[in-house]
Amino acid sequence: MSEKEIIERLKKIVEPYVQRSEGLENFQEKTDFLNDLEINSANLVDVVLDVEDEFDIEIDNDSMEGMLTVGDAKSIIQDKIKAE
Amino acid sequence: MDKKDILKHLPYSKPFLFVDEILEINENSVTGQYTFSPQHDFYKGHFKDNPVTPGVILTECMAQIGLVCLGIFLLNKDSSISENLHIALSSSEVEYFKPVFPGETVEVVSEKQYFRFNKLKCKVSMFNNSEELVCRGVIAGMIIDNKGNE
Repeated sequence: MSEKEIIERLKKIVEPYVQRSEGLENFQEKTDFLNDLEINSANLVDVVLDVEDEFDIEIDNDSMEGMLTVGDAKSIIQDKIKAE
Repeated sequence: MDKKDILKHLPYSKPFLFVDEILEINENSVTGQYTFSPQHDFYKGHFKDNPVTPGVILTECMAQIGLVCLGIFLLNKDSSISENLHIALSSSEVEYFKPVFPGETVEVVSEKQYFRFNKLKCKVSMFNNSEELVCRGVIAGMIIDNKGNE
């Protein structure tokens, strides 16, 4: 799966949880879930659960804690897909 | 952890404690009950000369039994919990079917949908003494044990 495709699919997943929609216009690796998109920690859990379903992977606590930006999420998804 | 220990860890007190007893609890569900004392202050104003338990209070009762009690039980399974519990309601979607009058006892039944990354989401129902459905919905919250971070 290409990086571009992962990011496209991520964008679709996070869309319903975003409170600051301007953050979506410039959705890229540096986009920060809390600061740019204003997704709160409770909704971030739902993002992670949706990511697990979408990519058929399991995300552990350590990975979750390191998932601050779209780029972090992309790397975690890539690693987990490789490990499957 | 037994049922009484869980009550001791609840971060509420009167007049905002809405749990009397846990009847059953396990990894996936909890059942508890509460009797709405006619002495509650909100009955004076909700409604004028016609006391009915406010829906927000029913939701609170569902959340305290269905989420917080179950959350304490689940957190304590991994390691014993401290006194420094942080909880927050994150979402609730509830439908109401029957009124609850002063003095009524209700039973709350909650089934876990998931508990991941400190977020607990449950399907919760409340029944009255005639076993009629009072309200039901899906409620979620965060429950975090801040050990050592006073």
